[in-house]
Amino acid sequence: MFTQYFLPVIIFIGLGSLAGIALSVASTVFAVPENEYLKKLRQILPGINCGACGYNGCDEYAYKVIEGEPLNLCTPGGDKVAEEISEILGREFEDVVEKVAFARCAGIPGVSGQKYEYTGPPSCAGSAALYGGHGDCTYKCLGFGDCVEACPYDAIDIVDFVAIIDRNKCTGCIACVAACPKEIIEIRKDSGSVYVACANCQAGKDVRKICKRGCIACGICAKKCSAGAITVENYLANIDYDKCTDCGECVSVCPTGCITQK
Amino acid sequence: MGEMMIILLNAILMENLVLKKFLGICPFLGVSKKINSALGMSVAVTLVMLAATAITWPIHTYIFLPNKLQYLRTIAFILIIALFVQLVEIILGKFFPPLHRSLGVFLPLITTNCAILGITILNVDDNLGYLDSIFRALGGGLGFALALIVFSSLRQKLEESNIPKAFKGIPAALIAASFFSLSFAGFSGMVENMFGKA
Repeated sequence: MFTQYFLPVIIFIGLGSLAGIALSVASTVFAVPENEYLKKLRQILPGINCGACGYNGCDEYAYKVIEGEPLNLCTPGGDKVAEEISEILGREFEDVVEKVAFARCAGIPGVSGQKYEYTGPPSCAGSAALYGGHGDCTYKCLGFGDCVEACPYDAIDIVDFVAIIDRNKCTGCIACVAACPKEIIEIRKDSGSVYVACANCQAGKDVRKICKRGCIACGICAKKCSAGAITVENYLANIDYDKCTDCGECVSVCPTGCITQK
Repeated sequence: MGEMMIILLNAILMENLVLKKFLGICPFLGVSKKINSALGMSVAVTLVMLAATAITWPIHTYIFLPNKLQYLRTIAFILIIALFVQLVEIILGKFFPPLHRSLGVFLPLITTNCAILGITILNVDDNLGYLDSIFRALGGGLGFALALIVFSSLRQKLEESNIPKAFKGIPAALIAASFFSLSFAGFSGMVENMFGKA
């Protein structure tokens, strides 16, 4: 009777309380003071774990900020988050460099043709796996909107089979950059409204054959730019947004119209 | 001493917990991505295994067996294992915070790691002595460490290699694991030939 019914209960009461005592002693002896800052930072950071700061999610960035990394790396959070971080940590406020993504393609139908008719699953990745996509131009936006699905802020629209990114909604997280199989979405400093909507690094003559609005690397924009912000490299114009004054001169002189202002 | 060596080698190579007995597959696939976390995980598992065996064997032999209460062993062993896992977690959190973070949820999951419960139950099932049990637990832990560390270096190579997208990640790891466990079949019979029958 005793060994059958009561002994197991006694054994487990004994084992359980011993384990409990051992653990409570251990947790007081080896207690880790929970970082007060960490708790607060966790609440302030957006919590979308986009990786724009360069760390694995918001939690890791919170750790790194406390350890002394710059507090202005969270582009989705913007100035507001940086301000709150600086208040909590008592460090000097640093302005967040706002960044936006832009898609380097203007190849709407009629401007750039198709290599073949793609009838597979409607995704850019699927099309890109077949001979680099259905566009005549290898750098063409495929228009199925893999980036639209990736965008946590609903900032991307597909207009005429080309991705258009809303500068006001975009926070410069890099979700779309990672999603685009053609790698034509880039991140730039949000200081100007002009951008080169072409990613083709072929010579001008070859670009002309496949796209009416492709960058032919003529270099007129570089010559006319009063701020000297444009360089032509790899048959492709690039704007240095540290120098760009957003005057829009390049937009008007570009013979193919591939420099866009939005 | 020779017998101890046989038990140890037997547990590491021929009866390797992961590759021959298929226990503890969860951390084997979950924590084998990076060699550092694999190392930390196997040290934690080995420690828990040793400590749990050191406690569970006397409890089973001196309390459960005389009173015919063997049916309690699973739940009692899990309680003891949970205690040690919590201890290891507290100590890791205090002294090795980066390791504690990189192991994440797999650390508390050692509690339900069947490799540890497996080795404690196998020890009392096979009627091994106290010292033999300890050595077998040590061998089991080292075998787990061997499998995990070798496999993690394999997986680092796998991660960089150009394989079809559908096979990336776990599928390729599972295929590699099957070949890996096949290769361990080659050890069977080795210890008997080296040291004579146990």
